[in-house]
Amino acid sequence: MENKAFFFKRLEKYGGRTALITAQEKPVTYRELTERADRLAQEIGRRCLVFLACRNAEESVIGYAACLRNDIVPVMVSADIDAELLKNLLERYHPAFLWAPEDNGAFPGEEVYRDQHYVLRKTGLKEDYSLSGDLALLLTTSGSTGSPKLVRQTRKNIQSNTDAIIEYLNIQPEDRAITTLPMNYTYGLSILNTHLCTGARIILTDATLLEKSFWTLFRNQGATTFGGVPYTYEILKKLRFGRMQLTSLRYITQAGGKLSKELAEEFNAVCEEKGIQLIVMYGQTEATARMSWLPWKDAKRKAGSIGIAIPGGRFSLIAGSGNELLGPDEVGELVYFGDNVTPGYAESRLDLAKPDENRGELHTGDMAKRDEDGFYYIVGRKKRFLKLFGSRVNLDETENLLKKEGIENVCAGRDDRMVVFLTDPEKETAAAEFLTNRTGISRGGFVIRHIDEIPRSESGKVLYSALEID
Amino acid sequence: MTNMEKYNEAFTSTFGIGEDALENLEYQGIAAWDSVGHMQLIAALEEAFDIMFDTDDIIDLNSYQVGKQMLAKYEVEL
Repeated sequence: MENKAFFFKRLEKYGGRTALITAQEKPVTYRELTERADRLAQEIGRRCLVFLACRNAEESVIGYAACLRNDIVPVMVSADIDAELLKNLLERYHPAFLWAPEDNGAFPGEEVYRDQHYVLRKTGLKEDYSLSGDLALLLTTSGSTGSPKLVRQTRKNIQSNTDAIIEYLNIQPEDRAITTLPMNYTYGLSILNTHLCTGARIILTDATLLEKSFWTLFRNQGATTFGGVPYTYEILKKLRFGRMQLTSLRYITQAGGKLSKELAEEFNAVCEEKGIQLIVMYGQTEATARMSWLPWKDAKRKAGSIGIAIPGGRFSLIAGSGNELLGPDEVGELVYFGDNVTPGYAESRLDLAKPDENRGELHTGDMAKRDEDGFYYIVGRKKRFLKLFGSRVNLDETENLLKKEGIENVCAGRDDRMVVFLTDPEKETAAAEFLTNRTGISRGGFVIRHIDEIPRSESGKVLYSALEID
Repeated sequence: MTNMEKYNEAFTSTFGIGEDALENLEYQGIAAWDSVGHMQLIAALEEAFDIMFDTDDIIDLNSYQVGKQMLAKYEVEL
């Protein structure tokens, strides 16, 4: 792709339109955004690696635009990143600069520039590596904070996924998206990208849906859309979303994990009543952000489905034998093809020069089926199976079965040892009885553990890696 | 158990803290009281007193002290 076509380089054309609304309700125009971004980029001065400490704040977006407008490569990390992980990342990747809040002492280096509450620090780390020509940015996998492994994304990836999302969501210049997700998480970033590309407005806040300031900002600024992971929808349900007066809202999106069929059906009904749309989507950081979407007109009859491939993309299902499955309702690994498939991972700075290892084909690791109308359904993850005394047990299914019994849980483990984690110690007997009587899993095949709360990433996904299974 | 004991227990068992930490406890004041913890707390209080909070109250219940006053609205006397 021609650099000239990359939308970040054309943002100044939106001039005096409002790009950002800060949490203090201050507008920032596209002109101001691009000017401040380019000033920062001038200080950085060349194509190099920069750690960008993300917050839903204007300085953070300015840092991001500075990089993407000027071929500087940002590593998107949370401004609240764990100090140990940051140290590990610095040692592995040797960024030339850090763009971070002034009050975060975990980001080391000499201060060379500042814009309001963010400072640019020069690290002095040795740049003994090179950056592949089309590399645009690096993201941690799925927004979780535990791993130094990064996903490499190119300008072509970002442009094609942004174009596809704008097309199927029909994003308009009048739209106003309010942030509910961090911008170092691919789903949050895709909302930012698509609205900037359209000349629309992003309302920035780090407040959660459980804070009054979020809803005040929402109403004052007339938000028209937001995105949510399944956990967001559990919160919205608890907040009696159906009874909330949100007159400006046009549509909401859902991704970042499978919304249970019950929750999907409930929100379909609530949204229909409110006259707004709920768009269920599916994606991964490895596919830039999005791979599928469920059109609103199909939401009811296809509840529980991830829908169809995004414009320009294509799915196929592959059996264990490697053969493509063509019949309806056959379960195989979901494979995606499209320009938004990222070139691969990086585990250290030496990987930043790597070429495209995926060539537009992504094996998602998710097990899925397709119905006779061509709609896809995720039925589990490839690696979330285990064998208990020879029989295959699907951990996601088991979790969902227990949940339906009103037992909050997560299931993990290895062959012949499933571990069921409960947050309520009083439910132990009920859980054990249910599993042995109703699913036929042998009592000797699992142990029950108690945890205070289910470990979750910033995006609300269960962090299975944080569970002790031995 | 008195209502006050039930109220305290909703906090101590949800967040895994002692009663001595309750007096000045606020939303996001401790790691356990994040958005996930908040939903657990709301569920624990609703179950303990057999009530159902209004949307605004779920959002407004941002400290141990505020919650005490709020329960009066649901005819729970502490």
